[in-house]
Amino acid sequence: MNALTNRSKTVERKPMTFWEKIYLPAIAKGMSITFSHIFKKKPTINYPEQTRPFSPVFRGLQVLNRDEEGRERCTACGLCAVACPAEAITMEAAERLPGEENLYREEKYAAKYEINMLRCIFCGLCEEACPKDAVYLSETFATANYNRQSFIYGKKDMLIPHPKLQPEEYERAKGLRVNPK
Amino acid sequence: MAEEKKLFKVTIDNITIEVEPGTSILNAARKIGGDVAPPAMCYYTKLKGSGGKCRTCLVEVAAGSTADPRPMPKLVASCRTNVMDGMIVKNITSEKVIDARNGVVEFLLINHPLDCPICDQAGECSLQDLSYEHGKEATRYEFKRRTFEKHDMGPFIQLHMTRCILCYRCVFAADQLTDKREHGILDRGDHSEIATYIQKSLDHDFIGNIIDVCPVGALTDRTFRFKNRVWFLKPEDAHRDCPKCNGKVTLWYRGDEVFRVTARKDQWGEVQDWICNECRFEKKKTADWVIEGPTKISRHSVISANHYVGMEVPKETLPDVMGGRKPKLLMNIHSVSEVNRPGIDLSKIEGPAHSTDFVEAKNGS
Repeated sequence: MNALTNRSKTVERKPMTFWEKIYLPAIAKGMSITFSHIFKKKPTINYPEQTRPFSPVFRGLQVLNRDEEGRERCTACGLCAVACPAEAITMEAAERLPGEENLYREEKYAAKYEINMLRCIFCGLCEEACPKDAVYLSETFATANYNRQSFIYGKKDMLIPHPKLQPEEYERAKGLRVNPK
Repeated sequence: MAEEKKLFKVTIDNITIEVEPGTSILNAARKIGGDVAPPAMCYYTKLKGSGGKCRTCLVEVAAGSTADPRPMPKLVASCRTNVMDGMIVKNITSEKVIDARNGVVEFLLINHPLDCPICDQAGECSLQDLSYEHGKEATRYEFKRRTFEKHDMGPFIQLHMTRCILCYRCVFAADQLTDKREHGILDRGDHSEIATYIQKSLDHDFIGNIIDVCPVGALTDRTFRFKNRVWFLKPEDAHRDCPKCNGKVTLWYRGDEVFRVTARKDQWGEVQDWICNECRFEKKKTADWVIEGPTKISRHSVISANHYVGMEVPKETLPDVMGGRKPKLLMNIHSVSEVNRPGIDLSKIEGPAHSTDFVEAKNGS
């Protein structure tokens, strides 16, 4: 029978020689490879004490951004939701009342904004679609949990801390890409 | 038998068509259809006297007629120029036309606020489509854009004068559909604005049609304001027995809620039948209507995004292998989610939702 490709290798089925049959040289050879690794550089790190820098294109949990004055940028335009291939994003919009100008940047804002992290595939299309620079994928991982309820992220989970009232938390939330150490 | 009318032969973008004398170039091109039809922001077939204002439908006439085959010296507005026998028109095949159209779009956008993320018209806006095809990525305009305060024109209609491109469609509609026009254009030139005389409420049964007629988001439905985006809604054709109009409308659904009612639009974005205010603003229950079926939406429209047409739902195999038992529901999304809560209908709130509506809703649930 002709092989489909010329890259396939035929398996050798020769009977083992005497040296192969006694096994011990092969074990010694394997152990020498194992022990030689003791003197090589460690590729792993001690995780909680040490951290690796995130890649500049890392896509973690979404954050909802605020502007310099701390007003929410999101206007509930729905472009992230329509771009979302997993259909994870839902929102409800409301009109800004007089007196709420310091809370919301535009006259319309997202009263409710939810991302179902069970559905989210962290593709970053929401960030790309956003015309208001409101959604960013941060340098945080999705946390693990035993129940599903905690994976419905609302505005209180995603909104970035206020830049003026909580400047330290705000800087930390922006991550290392923005403030390299 | 009456003498047969002589038909005019006209060639638009190398496609020849025979039309009746007195047809405008725009309508002849629309008969051919497709890309040949020039875009129109101010012309409206059903409104007499409309057209000739926005200049987006400019075309080049390469030969005036068989009798006088000289080309027209300038580009002409196709909605206001009638065809002649043997006329040769160039629309998308002419670089001059494309260039002029790009310029017109840039002019239309000079004062337009580009607040599409907020605007309720986004997704079905003629200016949005036009600037997507012809617009530049950035503006060259360095001065302050003209701004106006927004008006409530009656309880149902919101006027954002800042977004207006002064196409006069709503003025013609108010003039021709209602017996007394209460809004018109004040001032001249750069200062001109649509206004009701001293904030008069427009209370005519057919005044809601000015919302459909508006090519941009200057006139929007207050009962739908900020409720949802059009591309999350599913349009369904429906009708009802209405004593005032013929009651043929499009209902815009999200789930079981009717978020808004509009007149049916044809492929050129023009209203097929005018509908009355009662149908438009007050009948927002499925029980009021006889549903005819989903509205046909162009695949290129954002409204058709995420609408699965002709989808085959795969057979649920779990009950079979589990002896008829249904899979256990591990989480009901409504137990956690605060969006789209059952029992709270955003569409029932009068006007746009505010932060207070959500506080009440929380206490109520």
